[in-house]
Amino acid sequence: MFSSPAEAQSALAEVGYLADTATATTVFLAASLERPLLVEGPAGVGKTQLARAVSDATGAALIRLQCYEGLDEARALYEWNYRKQLLRIQASDGQSWDETHDDIFTDEFLLTRPLLTAIRRDEPTVLLIDEADKTDLEVEALLLEVLSEYQVTIPELGTVTATRRPFVVVTSNATRELSEALKRRCLYLYLGYPTPERERDIIIAQVPDIEAGLAEQIVRTAASLRALELKKLPSVAETIDWARTLLALGIDDLDEAAIGRTLGVVLKHNSDHLRATKELGLG
Amino acid sequence: MSTLLDRHVAFVTALREAGLVVSVAESLDAVRATGAIELLDREQLRAALAATLVKRQVHRPTFDSLFDLFYPAVTGETAALPSSRQAVPRDPDASPRGPLEDPRRDAIRDQLADFLRDGNRLDLEEAARAAVDAFGAVPGQPGAGRSWSRLAVLTKVSAQTLMAGLLEQMLVGQDRGGLAEVRARSMVNARIETFERAVSADVARRLAELTDAQTVARTASRPSIEHVSFLGASRKELAELRREIQPLARRLAARLAIDQRRGSRGALDFRATMRSSLSTGGVPMQTRHRPKRPLKADLVVICDLSESVTSFAHFTLLLVYALREQVSRVRAFGFVDELDELTRFFTPGGDVLESVTRLAEEADVTWLYGRTDYGHAFELFAKRFPDAIGPRTSLLILGDARSNYGSLALPTLTDLAGRAKHAYWLNPERHAAWDTGDSRASDYDRVVPMVECRNLAQLGQFVRSLDL
Repeated sequence: MFSSPAEAQSALAEVGYLADTATATTVFLAASLERPLLVEGPAGVGKTQLARAVSDATGAALIRLQCYEGLDEARALYEWNYRKQLLRIQASDGQSWDETHDDIFTDEFLLTRPLLTAIRRDEPTVLLIDEADKTDLEVEALLLEVLSEYQVTIPELGTVTATRRPFVVVTSNATRELSEALKRRCLYLYLGYPTPERERDIIIAQVPDIEAGLAEQIVRTAASLRALELKKLPSVAETIDWARTLLALGIDDLDEAAIGRTLGVVLKHNSDHLRATKELGLG
Repeated sequence: MSTLLDRHVAFVTALREAGLVVSVAESLDAVRATGAIELLDREQLRAALAATLVKRQVHRPTFDSLFDLFYPAVTGETAALPSSRQAVPRDPDASPRGPLEDPRRDAIRDQLADFLRDGNRLDLEEAARAAVDAFGAVPGQPGAGRSWSRLAVLTKVSAQTLMAGLLEQMLVGQDRGGLAEVRARSMVNARIETFERAVSADVARRLAELTDAQTVARTASRPSIEHVSFLGASRKELAELRREIQPLARRLAARLAIDQRRGSRGALDFRATMRSSLSTGGVPMQTRHRPKRPLKADLVVICDLSESVTSFAHFTLLLVYALREQVSRVRAFGFVDELDELTRFFTPGGDVLESVTRLAEEADVTWLYGRTDYGHAFELFAKRFPDAIGPRTSLLILGDARSNYGSLALPTLTDLAGRAKHAYWLNPERHAAWDTGDSRASDYDRVVPMVECRNLAQLGQFVRSLDL
């Protein structure tokens, strides 16, 4: 997909994702070693966006599996279309059981779900498994099986092996530790809050109309906020929102009054507001 | 000179000794990864090794310090500052500054100030190296020649004293004491920390060259935040611990929720089953069930607030506070030789730190001597709050079981534990220290199972094993 980390970095930058060296190198390695990439980090730092950027940069299709509690094999892998099979059986008047049996377990009656879809595709694919920490242990075991061999066994059809391994991105918010076995098979990338310099560039890339000076003020203030002990630290997504808000309000200097008016964009808890007001001396 | 592979194996061994779990497969992956990248780019190498060897973010600081040891950016004695930075000969007319005068120190501080203001990495690295070169050498142990000291460098450079001058420069034409100053200060402070880390890394590297990387690795790497003892944590570590609280509480609550929902097939919903069977020609392919009523766990925490376990109590109270938002009902009690209910300090949506501080000042927990009396506290609890513990309550006791040779009130505690659904005792002391001095740990252990809980790792483990 990429020939070097530097190329990965510039390709991602072209589609608007500013990756640092660590991110670009890890993405490059995941592609060249054909390993799944496990991305962890706080909410709103661009984990899901990274998968989208890789798919944009390489022209691969993005297939997304959103995990949630109670997700099962039928939703993640494949399912037989019972209703259609039932119709088929009712319609097959006088046909022998063997013929019907061969008939109803064919591709026509198979509903492929994201994991199987990604494995069967011949074109370049990015498979995004979002919020893997929300699933149950059973699904994690299933993921382990699929991601280590890139193959799925369907009893009635046989084994489907990937002809072209998809680029897999697994994201997690660490509400629970993923199993050691799954982690062992993945490359690991922790996306934290970016450095102020990078964050300023991100804001300027996302909100092109903003002045560099204001962007600088925003990221410095965000860095001060992140140094406080808050319940929910402002994420990159929120600082971008903040930049948009300030632009829309026509504020070009982020002083005490401006922060006081717009703090709600970045801090979403009342206790965080109180603390920030006190610590930053907003009075 | 060792080969690259030897170095890699030694590095992985050092990681394992520092407590990281690195499997053989991962080590192999790392070798493959290094083959795919530009080896001469140190940041790429760091990223490649981190991606393959470190699978938990808490281990990252350990990894970074070991990486600096095993794959140093430079080796040997580094040159003095580049020519552009050479100390300027002092103007002969200027007034003498006495013993403080040191042109080398001035040059280094100049460059450091440039980094603190502009954030240029090159300035940082040069300044750190030059500073260690100039001030880091200290006499070693007798017979060992010389050694290197981080503290000597930091004291001599005293980066904090640059702050005033920098603020002066950065805030030209702006109000002092306002928001601009807060921003500038937090930026400079963050960069000073970066500088201190760079100095530590360079000192460790030089130490490693005196002996070898493995030896330094064994002594230099700090325990990761997970393994820092609650009782011995520094201020900075406590702040870091507090940051870990919220995720831990969330994880605990998620666990509880999953356990509550496990096997949660309620009674068969006949109507819904029939209705859904219509789409399969009247054959009930899938049964429908009524949602099961969730079980609400509630939690009672009794917490020793005496001096000897202050930081532990502080920490666990924060956990209780975080849990408050996740579990249906939490009641907290604190005691020294008097008992008080603390729940009122935990206002919903309030500021966590503030309420815990307020609690320490206002809670009415000392009576006569201010010496912990477990027996008295349990008696009081049983008498004053007889209905606090019901059949669905989980009872959590936090303390070191050091009762100053006072009463134990074992029968009362037995009764309390018997009424609760579960009872646990978390003890912040090492298991080996139980039953020494006035600790009555095993007496209590017989009534309420006692768990050693000295650090975040053990607390996390307890949470995982918990079955409320």
